[in-house]
Amino acid sequence: MVIYGVYIVSKSGGLIFNHDHNVPKIENEHTFSYPLDLKLVYENKKVVVSFGQKDGIMVGHVLTAANGMPVTGKQLDDGRDVLEVIDNSESYPLTLRFSRPRMTTNEKIFLASMFYPLFAIASQLSPEPKSSGIEVLEADTFKLHCFQTLTGVKFMVVAEPSQTGVDLLLKKIYELYSDFALKNPFYSLEMPVRCELFESNLQSLLEQIEKTGISNV
Amino acid sequence: MTIHNLYIFDKFGCLLYYAEWNRLKSSGITREEEAKLMYGMLFSLKSFVSKISPLDTKKGFVCYKTNKYALHYLETPTGLKFVLNTDVNAQNVRDLLHQIYSKVYVEYVVKNPVVNLGDPIKSELFKMKLDGVIKQFPAASKAS
Repeated sequence: MVIYGVYIVSKSGGLIFNHDHNVPKIENEHTFSYPLDLKLVYENKKVVVSFGQKDGIMVGHVLTAANGMPVTGKQLDDGRDVLEVIDNSESYPLTLRFSRPRMTTNEKIFLASMFYPLFAIASQLSPEPKSSGIEVLEADTFKLHCFQTLTGVKFMVVAEPSQTGVDLLLKKIYELYSDFALKNPFYSLEMPVRCELFESNLQSLLEQIEKTGISNV
Repeated sequence: MTIHNLYIFDKFGCLLYYAEWNRLKSSGITREEEAKLMYGMLFSLKSFVSKISPLDTKKGFVCYKTNKYALHYLETPTGLKFVLNTDVNAQNVRDLLHQIYSKVYVEYVVKNPVVNLGDPIKSELFKMKLDGVIKQFPAASKAS
């Protein structure tokens, strides 16, 4: 029973709240000999594995450190270009650390606004009349549950595929939102939610669910 | 239990085949535009899913559900995309999609030398066999 994250999207499609619950950190470190048996490319200011999966290193993972030295973009902390280091046979054996990229806040905002048209198109392409938008989005690694309130605010929970009773959780989060965010006199609508009470209550709700299950909430 | 409609796209996003069985609402745009909209949505969903996923995905996007219908998605390693809309409670639709791919598409399109891969499918045999598989599917037995 794992809940990975909670997102709240305003009526106009902007991300107004996000809480990462327990996203697993996927990281692998290995010592390589020359030539490197992975294909790396530099894209979107990251060095990414584009071909060759081994020992838990998957396509899409980002290079985070070489010989224990952090990599930012394609630069090592001492100013050298990491791709040149990798191409140079003299720098081997080389220890490289790869990890699955974590979403930055900007990417989260971008994704949240991307969900909005998907939600709308799903209802337009419906073969049945009067369909709602996406309520559950399923992938092999997670399930995204979305609950839209009458006022158009969307609550989304990303959870394990086997997690049940998320609808209840969503209603509960809505309740917390209306109690602690909307009743806060310093909160203006459509703006990001920064209410300590809301966050702490949400946190304890998620922890309680993880311990005892949703039915006891 | 109802099966609404089926789309088959190739890896370039070209609509190869469309069939419908129980469709109660049309989207109000032409078939071509609808196919483009559908493909665009799937493409975005795929990238959305791969980014928001907390773990490494293998199959990626599998299906979504609204309150009225469910959309099931199967993509082959060659980039062919099978999209089937059913009612919300349909089970094992992934198996059905796989059957459509391996028992109908491969048998009656790929193994048909006069069909140009990448062109819309016009084969009557394909249509007949597809209908057969859909009607055999337990979920569709009560409908149509």
